Amino acid sequence: MATTTYTGGQKQNYLNWKTTLASWLFTLDHKRIAILYLVSISIFFLLGGLAAGVVRAELATPKGDLLTSDVYNKMFSAHGIIMIFLFLIPSIPAVFGNFLLPLMIGARDVAFPRLNLLSWYVFMAGAACILIAILRGGIDTGWTFYTPYSSSFAKGEVSLAIVGIFLTGFSSIFTGINFLVTIHKMRAPGMTWFRLPLFVWAMYATSLIQVLGTPVVAITLLLVAVERTFRIGIFDPSLGGDPILFQHLFWFYSHPAVYIMILPAMGVISEVISAFSKRRVFGYHFVAFSSLAIAIIGFLVWGHHMYTSGQSMYAGIVFSFLTWIVAIPSAIKTFNWMATIWKGRVHWDTPMLYALGFMGLFVIGGLTGLHLAALATNVHLTDTYFVVAHFHYVMVGGAIMGYLAALHFWWPKMTGRMYPEGWGKLAALLVFVGFNLTFFPQFLLGYMGMPRRYHSYPEEWAVLNLLSTAGSTVLGLGYLLPVIYLTWSLKYGTVVTERNPWGARGLEWELVDTPPDPHNFERTPIVTRPAYDYNHPEEPTGFVPKPRPVVVGGKDG
Amino acid sequence: MWNFPLVPPTASKEGEAISLLYWTITTIAIVFGTIVLLGAIYLAVRYRASNNAVDRSNATDSDLRIELAWTLIPLVIAMVMFGWAAKLYADIYAPREGYYEVFVIGKQWMWHCQHPNGARENNMLTLPAGRLVKVSLISQDVIHAFSIPAFRVKRDAVPGRYNAMYFTPTKPGVYHLFCTEYCGTKHAEMIGKVVVLPENEFQKWLEKNAPGATAAAATAATTGSAAAPATGGTLTLAQQGEQVFKALGCNACHLNPNSPVKVPDLTKTWGDTIKLTDGRVVKGDEAYIRESILNPAAKIREGYQNLMPPYQGQVSEEQLVQLIAYIKSLAGASNGGK
Amino acid sequence: MSIQELGKQSATLEYTGEVHHHADGILGEQFETLEQQNTAYLIGMWAFIVQEVLFFGAIFTAYAVYRFKYVLEFTLAHHELSVPIGTLNTFVLLFSSYTMARAVRAAMQNRHTKQAFYLLLTFLFAGVFMVNKYFEYGAKFEHHLFPNAYYSAHEIVEHAKAKGELRVVVEDGREMYELGKTIRGEFKPFKKVSPEEFEQRTKLFFGFYFVMTGLHGLHVLVGMIVIAILIGRALIDHMKNKPIADYMPVEMTGLYWHLVDIVWIFLFPLLYLIGR
Repeated sequence: MATTTYTGGQKQNYLNWKTTLASWLFTLDHKRIAILYLVSISIFFLLGGLAAGVVRAELATPKGDLLTSDVYNKMFSAHGIIMIFLFLIPSIPAVFGNFLLPLMIGARDVAFPRLNLLSWYVFMAGAACILIAILRGGIDTGWTFYTPYSSSFAKGEVSLAIVGIFLTGFSSIFTGINFLVTIHKMRAPGMTWFRLPLFVWAMYATSLIQVLGTPVVAITLLLVAVERTFRIGIFDPSLGGDPILFQHLFWFYSHPAVYIMILPAMGVISEVISAFSKRRVFGYHFVAFSSLAIAIIGFLVWGHHMYTSGQSMYAGIVFSFLTWIVAIPSAIKTFNWMATIWKGRVHWDTPMLYALGFMGLFVIGGLTGLHLAALATNVHLTDTYFVVAHFHYVMVGGAIMGYLAALHFWWPKMTGRMYPEGWGKLAALLVFVGFNLTFFPQFLLGYMGMPRRYHSYPEEWAVLNLLSTAGSTVLGLGYLLPVIYLTWSLKYGTVVTERNPWGARGLEWELVDTPPDPHNFERTPIVTRPAYDYNHPEEPTGFVPKPRPVVVGGKDG
Repeated sequence: MWNFPLVPPTASKEGEAISLLYWTITTIAIVFGTIVLLGAIYLAVRYRASNNAVDRSNATDSDLRIELAWTLIPLVIAMVMFGWAAKLYADIYAPREGYYEVFVIGKQWMWHCQHPNGARENNMLTLPAGRLVKVSLISQDVIHAFSIPAFRVKRDAVPGRYNAMYFTPTKPGVYHLFCTEYCGTKHAEMIGKVVVLPENEFQKWLEKNAPGATAAAATAATTGSAAAPATGGTLTLAQQGEQVFKALGCNACHLNPNSPVKVPDLTKTWGDTIKLTDGRVVKGDEAYIRESILNPAAKIREGYQNLMPPYQGQVSEEQLVQLIAYIKSLAGASNGGK
Repeated sequence: MSIQELGKQSATLEYTGEVHHHADGILGEQFETLEQQNTAYLIGMWAFIVQEVLFFGAIFTAYAVYRFKYVLEFTLAHHELSVPIGTLNTFVLLFSSYTMARAVRAAMQNRHTKQAFYLLLTFLFAGVFMVNKYFEYGAKFEHHLFPNAYYSAHEIVEHAKAKGELRVVVEDGREMYELGKTIRGEFKPFKKVSPEEFEQRTKLFFGFYFVMTGLHGLHVLVGMIVIAILIGRALIDHMKNKPIADYMPVEMTGLYWHLVDIVWIFLFPLLYLIGR
């Protein structure tokens, strides 16, 4: 095994112990793989954001005057495909799941480091396919690839994009399997299931969805590609197929997929709120099990995307019932977070601002989900801007706020540098204000019936759309700021050497160096206390190092 | 520029009911949203770290009663809302009786509407105020969705199958009509107007737009071109169907007392409960008639043999609509249900 | 030392510069014990198998939908598949599962040559399977049954005619196919379709056939590559005269191989047998 090559004055850490390009591209270290993901998905986020900016610019005026309708359709498709498959699905799981899971449970690495690296390569190969498909003329199917449009009518490199999504899907499956096994088998002695940080619970639920759902969408999209290539009537009725079957198979994954995006963010929020309120998360068991409940019930609600499609009315009623049920665990989480703040010692640092922002936006996103869960109002609102606003509140207001909270919270641990607090707060404020300016008007537009994916729209909606476009520039600025000041902080930020700059609880704060050692812990810890044990401030730590184990057949430990 | 609307017009009976539900859910959302938003901010300010003047004693971190309270209260509210919404959903999607029926065919990128008396409109739909309307939808190519926000109704037009929805326009006026399921390049141009007229004006409109003077309805329908004028032929939809019926030679057997073979009685097909050779029982609805024209073998009436050739690929969606209207008229149901 | 003392010590522990290394190469650096590593691999493999089940499950579902919808067309089309080759391949795969199980056993006992022998047998059986598949696919191409632009249902129609399960009738100058059965010399039609529809639907059957068996064949190929690597490893272990080798790779490949086998056990009756 490699030994330390770093000889400078600074302590060895996972960033400086080897610095060649090859040491990054062939690393098996979960922390470095997390950084690889962080860099790549940040680029994809900017690309997807650029496409969104173009879409909003077109919609600033009612007439379709900036772009042709064809280019517009390709832009929103590119935005959706990049943001969902290349940013949101890998965002928190692949970056923070990778970085934190082993640290949080007291392991030296994930269970399968090589599979972990393979995941990243497969992801990048898939991303390359998608980007090439977009660059070579683009695709105009939307991210949903509804048949028969995608299989028989759409032009362009649809099949190549599908291959790309297939690959990123398998990357996601590999990550899911890796995390499932890591959580099952790699926990340090004493780290029982109910001592796990709630982020780990959330990642467990997420991994279940990744493993159970993704193969279905992979094969479904593969069948679309087969239908396109060979003109076999799987989903096109003019060839004898059934387009509704596609929707069933597609949403069987793609509804749970929204939980892949939001569950990890919920996990982050549990961590951040607890750390900045200096209090154990209220109702730990309820928050933990609500993640699992969401993952399981989430598999039974896919038909709520199809109330108007022509599926049986009774099927619609059953799906609606289950959809109302799945709303409850999210409510439970939100109330428990509030109760966590109650009687805490709240520090208003940037991560906490994002967490509070998350609660605000996620609650609006979740509660407008009720309008869509209800059958009759769904009929009016589905495929309008109301849906667009709703899922942006959940996925952008929820998932990306969670992502930014995580990025700021663990930034000192990951980089050994502190971000500039003032800029951080300003960016959090800009994102919150810009976000609401952008998307709140869309609820009103949606209730008035403005259909989504429209290149032009009636005059009377001009003001609200202009407001939304104006808001999107504020939002864009809000997202650009962290990119700039976080990059700046890598070189000029205050150096952090202490393990626990936030005074938080958790193995990654209390027992791991900043930045972490390549091997995480000097000794395997023994966990003797529950997570978030803020109630005993006089005791510095609840972890006991364990003598290194004797290895069967090994010369030394 | 400040007199832009913030809510859509409400112009149907079902729309009023759905609006009430919408605003109820919105109120619930505002109440809960405010509790969480203001509550979280209030707590975070009150218990800020620098504030040592607050009581932080007895800060428990779990309480079963309170967990149950905030699980069960939302659950009860959710179930009430679910039931209410399901009822309204059934109102617009479940089959109803006594309607005025319009057939709508979606194609890239236009809406083609046909009235029972033969009047045809493109990207326009004229409807009577105060009557229950049934819109039967089908698509010729990709999936579209027929959306009238002022009525709060919408339904997908799927190729190869009929979907239907029911509503009662109340207020005369002109309303938006949109395609809301993404259908390709000119998706945003697949829009139109819904015109609601008072009953007497609607009757006048129907008369004026009743098909003109030629008997070429069936031919015009056969071409099915997008450029076809919004009105065609002299005939009602059912009469056009009769033309198609004859043009395709259906009358060689059906409705022919001297038929060489034993055929089901078409005057007793629409709305009938039909027993099949394989023991299944189906209802004589649009889907059944459509399937029996396109692929007669799929469902054979008990006591009959499969002798009819399938017409898949030989009749257009418009002709199918006309044929169905004709068969309905045979059962005395030309204008509304039984 | 009591837990409390250990706890005090932890607060003052500093980085010692030591690296964990598990020198014999069996135990991964991230694991504490071999038992932990082995169960981790097993859980991982089972999770992968669950994923595979859903992967194939989705396509089985789609196949079931259309088999139900176009039962007569699918039945006539599946007559073109060669049951003898399919049966042969079923037995070949079943035997290969047996030899694989023996290889796993040998690996657990650290009998490297025996392990290599059984792996080689498994590899050969898999090879026989793929060669059969090659001839099967070749025949389909030759008879224009591969669902591309050159697809033609001609052969299916001819065979069905000969068996009295299809009759060509002419109506209004159009050729139509009646699908049915000849019972005691009398043709009993169940369904009438146009030649175009018949072609579309039988093409759909062959679409499913090639996608499902193709994906399965791909799994066999991947398995063969892994088995070949394992054979090499076993031989190296033998030459190095290693007393103990890690048997988990063989164990996991075994699990994977049984999955491949089971998928075929479902494919074979669904595609080749039912409706016969």
